[in-house]
Amino acid sequence: MRELTYGQGIKEGMRIKMLENPDVFIFGEDVGLFGGCFGVTSGLFEEFGEKRVRDTPISEGAIIGAAVGAAAVGLRPIPELMFVDFSTVGMDQLVNQAAKMRYMFGGKLKLPMVVRLPSGGGVAAAAQHSQSLEAWFTHVPGLKVVYPSNAQDAIGLMLTAIDDDNPVIYLENKTLYAVASQVEDEVKPIPLGKANIKREGSDVTIITYGKQVYDSLKAAEILEKDGIDVEVIDLRSLYPLDTEAIFESVKKTHKVVIVSEEAKRGSYAGELAAIIADECFYECDAPIKRVCALNTPIPFSGNLEAYVLPNADDVVQAVKSLF
Amino acid sequence: MKISNETIIEMYEKMVKIRKFENRAMNLFAEGQVGGFVHLYIGEEAVATGACASLRDDDYITSTHRGHGHILAKGGDMKYMMAELFGKDTGYCKGKGGSMHIADATKGILGANGIVGAGHNIATGAGLGIQYRGTDQVCACFFGDASTNQSTFHEGLNLASTWKLPVVFICENNGYGISVSQARHQNITDISQRAVSYNIPGITVDGNDVFAVFEAVQEAVARARKGQGPTLIECKTYRWRGHFEGDPTVYRPEGELEQWKKKDPIPRVEKYILDNQVMTQAEMDKLNEKIDALVEEAVDFAMASKFPDVSSAVEDVYTDIVEEGRSR
Repeated sequence: MRELTYGQGIKEGMRIKMLENPDVFIFGEDVGLFGGCFGVTSGLFEEFGEKRVRDTPISEGAIIGAAVGAAAVGLRPIPELMFVDFSTVGMDQLVNQAAKMRYMFGGKLKLPMVVRLPSGGGVAAAAQHSQSLEAWFTHVPGLKVVYPSNAQDAIGLMLTAIDDDNPVIYLENKTLYAVASQVEDEVKPIPLGKANIKREGSDVTIITYGKQVYDSLKAAEILEKDGIDVEVIDLRSLYPLDTEAIFESVKKTHKVVIVSEEAKRGSYAGELAAIIADECFYECDAPIKRVCALNTPIPFSGNLEAYVLPNADDVVQAVKSLF
Repeated sequence: MKISNETIIEMYEKMVKIRKFENRAMNLFAEGQVGGFVHLYIGEEAVATGACASLRDDDYITSTHRGHGHILAKGGDMKYMMAELFGKDTGYCKGKGGSMHIADATKGILGANGIVGAGHNIATGAGLGIQYRGTDQVCACFFGDASTNQSTFHEGLNLASTWKLPVVFICENNGYGISVSQARHQNITDISQRAVSYNIPGITVDGNDVFAVFEAVQEAVARARKGQGPTLIECKTYRWRGHFEGDPTVYRPEGELEQWKKKDPIPRVEKYILDNQVMTQAEMDKLNEKIDALVEEAVDFAMASKFPDVSSAVEDVYTDIVEEGRSR
């Protein structure tokens, strides 16, 4: 075992595949010489050179569009947009092109590309640099969506995402980049659609991913003192989704709290609640609860931002409301 | 530039193919046999034909919603195109794409596209892929005048010029963005002027003169193959039909269409062919008959084909996931 930060994990995943496959290359805003806005690609420019680690203009439509074109002619690009918020500028290329080309063309084309999108709030970056937009991407047929919470998963999911023949949205939480965790010496690819049970419990299931895995585990510790035994599921992959792991857990605990950092209205958390209601309604003996951000843009001032974003206490409160 | 007789005959054949295919599609739409949105290329045949005559099979193109001409010019097969227009399972896209989304990877056709301007960036990406691999392929990007007002035009040309990517940007200026004339949608007359912003060659040619298009694209393709970067070529042309079939074209000034019909690109080539004894009238007639038969064969093929099994609707979303179907 060794210790790596989340950011180093993302880099290691890319680096392994770049060493293995010459068709894999990176481009995006400040990913080269500068090493990436959050330092994730630092050192790769020096190691692989300008051809494989390219700085682009600030031109999100061109970045995603160029990835679509390069993937369509057989390469495996990893485009990065500096913030998920900027995906709006390249959204046509993601939603109307990347996601649909294979289908529209009757399965005649493959589009292997991994789009890296730093997400989430908590860094005083205000409304246009702090969003959690996973509901948009999971809503679009043709995209796969992953969201690692730790270094080991960051590597394993990256290895699989790069090898996948479909466009994969790789969401990263920017408050986790410097968070270190234990990683196996040789990390295996993690299949998409395999959740990870972070903590086993029998009284209530918390379904979450990304940064909220930490908030949920913290809440579980607090709740343990109150005699509530919490199971925490880290989804890792939002689509494909490990419904089996979810249903198994619900059948065991009969209570569900879903935790995400999205604005609650129209959230992916809502989709998870709907899936459980559709498939496991009679297994639930309490309402399915969502703990999300408030339905506002993310504000700047520290106290306002902390108020808008969900935290461990909100999770504790939601769980307690079920008992 | 001396253009070989073989190339001239080939281009003539392509233009006639496009015209006859489109006329047939027009009638089939009017008869209700073909549905959806159909955007016809009649009148613009010289652009796709002149451009694709400079391309190899392993070169790429991106196309538009008005894509039938590009696909035929790049070597697409009429049978599979017609079947796709009918929504049949033998169509290029197995009935999932229709008129606006025909693609053929084996011919480097990266797809017709229903989003105006989407091709600029995709073509740039294909150019990036070519440069990355170090081959001498090129990608030709077809787009209309109105798409040059989209941000994608600037983004694509900026990136392609900055990285010197092997892309030829071919603007089909047919005078209208749907119903809005060029004078009402941009403050310039010659779109090729915009090349100045990217420090690349920009040229305007008569888009109804297949030889002029061919020569301009030849040169641009040669530049691209040598790693000298993109070129912007504006081909001034005109669409005879409305934006889509069913468009009443109330926005056209009286007499405009008639003026342009006098500049029909096909009789111009026919005149050249006869004047220069490239073919005899009898040979041209025979070629026309052959193409008529091919079009009918394509229609027969499409009509005889089956509609796709509904279960296929949930296939091809991903390479490895079949989505959930419906029980009915």
